[in-house]
Amino acid sequence: MSFLKITGLSARLKGTAFPILRDVSLEVAAGEVHGLVGESGAGKSMIGKAVLGILPASVEITRGAIELDGMDLLSLPPAERRRRIGATAALIPQDPLTALNPSRRIGPQVTDRLVDILGWPRARAETRARELLAEVHIPDPERVMRSYPHELSGGMRQRILIASAFAAEPKLIVADEPTTALDVTVQKQILKLIAEMQARHGTALLFVTHDLGVVSKVCQSLSVLYGGKVMEATTVRDFFRQPAHGYSRALLAATPKYTDPAASLTPVPDAVIAAVQAEIAAHDRSLRHG
Amino acid sequence: MASNSGTDGRSQIRRRVGLKLWLSAGWLGVLVLAALLAPWIAPQDPLAQDLFLGRLPPVWQQGAEPGFWLGTDSLGRDVLSRILYGARLALIVALVAGSLTCLIGASLGLMAGFLRGWVDVVISRAIDIWMAFPPVLFSILLIAVMGPGLVSIILAIVVIDWTRFARVVRAEAMAQGAMDYVASAQVAGRGRVSTMLTEILPNVLPTIVVLLTLEMGIAVIVEAILSFVNLSISTDDPTWGGMIAEGRTSIHQAWWVLIFPLVTLFLTVLSFSQLGEGLKDRFDPVLR
Repeated sequence: MSFLKITGLSARLKGTAFPILRDVSLEVAAGEVHGLVGESGAGKSMIGKAVLGILPASVEITRGAIELDGMDLLSLPPAERRRRIGATAALIPQDPLTALNPSRRIGPQVTDRLVDILGWPRARAETRARELLAEVHIPDPERVMRSYPHELSGGMRQRILIASAFAAEPKLIVADEPTTALDVTVQKQILKLIAEMQARHGTALLFVTHDLGVVSKVCQSLSVLYGGKVMEATTVRDFFRQPAHGYSRALLAATPKYTDPAASLTPVPDAVIAAVQAEIAAHDRSLRHG
Repeated sequence: MASNSGTDGRSQIRRRVGLKLWLSAGWLGVLVLAALLAPWIAPQDPLAQDLFLGRLPPVWQQGAEPGFWLGTDSLGRDVLSRILYGARLALIVALVAGSLTCLIGASLGLMAGFLRGWVDVVISRAIDIWMAFPPVLFSILLIAVMGPGLVSIILAIVVIDWTRFARVVRAEAMAQGAMDYVASAQVAGRGRVSTMLTEILPNVLPTIVVLLTLEMGIAVIVEAILSFVNLSISTDDPTWGGMIAEGRTSIHQAWWVLIFPLVTLFLTVLSFSQLGEGLKDRFDPVLR
């Protein structure tokens, strides 16, 4: 049974007809790593935000359902929804530089969720936080707990954010481009760390990224998005072997190859974009008339 | 030379920050002491008139009388004593009006900037409308309606200047609200109000402190302006603005009646703003 099930989710810019998400459906099983790929503006982050209930105020959901652990989130009153999301899901944010409160020490920022969500006493939460920091390979957790965010590097901060995302043992974590803001060398370590933590804790992961290389390393299944619509949803194996959709094929062809660094970059051809846009327009028409 | 230039530069920055802070805090400290101890340290009764002692120059000039350090005004009242007593009103207004303005303006700005929605619409429109009134006329009108007095001055300052805090704090709260750490707190199930107080407020606090000290300086100026146009407390009580107004009429015969309260006012307002800058440099978590 799938742990996260999104059915027919549509969203638009508030007060306009401008679509942000078009009839998105996807399923993530417990413990599965599902990739959300697409260009900038394809709506991949918006899906993650919708699941966590942190959509920007300018975006409104018009139709559809988000089922988390068998519970339809959108039908719950806001306070209850927040409580439920807090207890079952967590976020690994994109930019570690803005994801920690600059005026608070690291310690309380990690223990907060243990205290808030699990209701642990502070002392116990602190012991656990130290263990978690050690688990994400942070040297001298004691010192780091007392530090302010600006005293630590981007990679360190991302490790802390990973530790605090896993802290309350959530069943689902949304990783919103967790390596985009980091150096290439650090990216690889962080990716490895996320995969390692995911395997150890058996957490389902919704992995938002524009990097197909990352998908091939971390994910088991994926959804390809364009213009807020799912173009193709399949397993990573099938996707890299025999992509079904024309856009997927073009996207794969556009990925630079390590084996041939001299080759010039291939953009997604205009004809493919036109075909995809025609498909979306047809979809919009069918909705209007159906 | 080159080997230790890096650490040298850093320590220089720190020393200058410290100096600014100490000088301004020092002046304000002296002022507070003067206000508290005025009855004991003032050399003369600030209200005592003696027309035979009118327009005495400061002690270092020809024709001065001992005991009247900074000279006397045209009614023979001691300038130094009146400045010391005037500090009382100036500081009370600075502290009470400044804090009240800060409390009201910053709270409204924080709510507007973080909660957004209709709260923001109401508060932002109120700010826009408020700022369309000319402030000095507005305060004179207010005091004309309420009658002169300490409470009226403080109310006038609060009513006019809360927008100064609300605008800046709103913008800051909006910027902080867009940060990922706020999203994380919300995912963790934190309520809006709790997020606002524990996540946003501490990050807006350095700005609020700077604004507060600036506002205290402004409050002193506003009080002086109102005294100058005779709308402050009763004209007998010494106020810096009142002294400046009186000194203006005899500037050619007795410059000291105008200059000493003016310099005191200037140093006080400057100290308030520098104190804010110094505190910000010191307590901003990122600069620290």
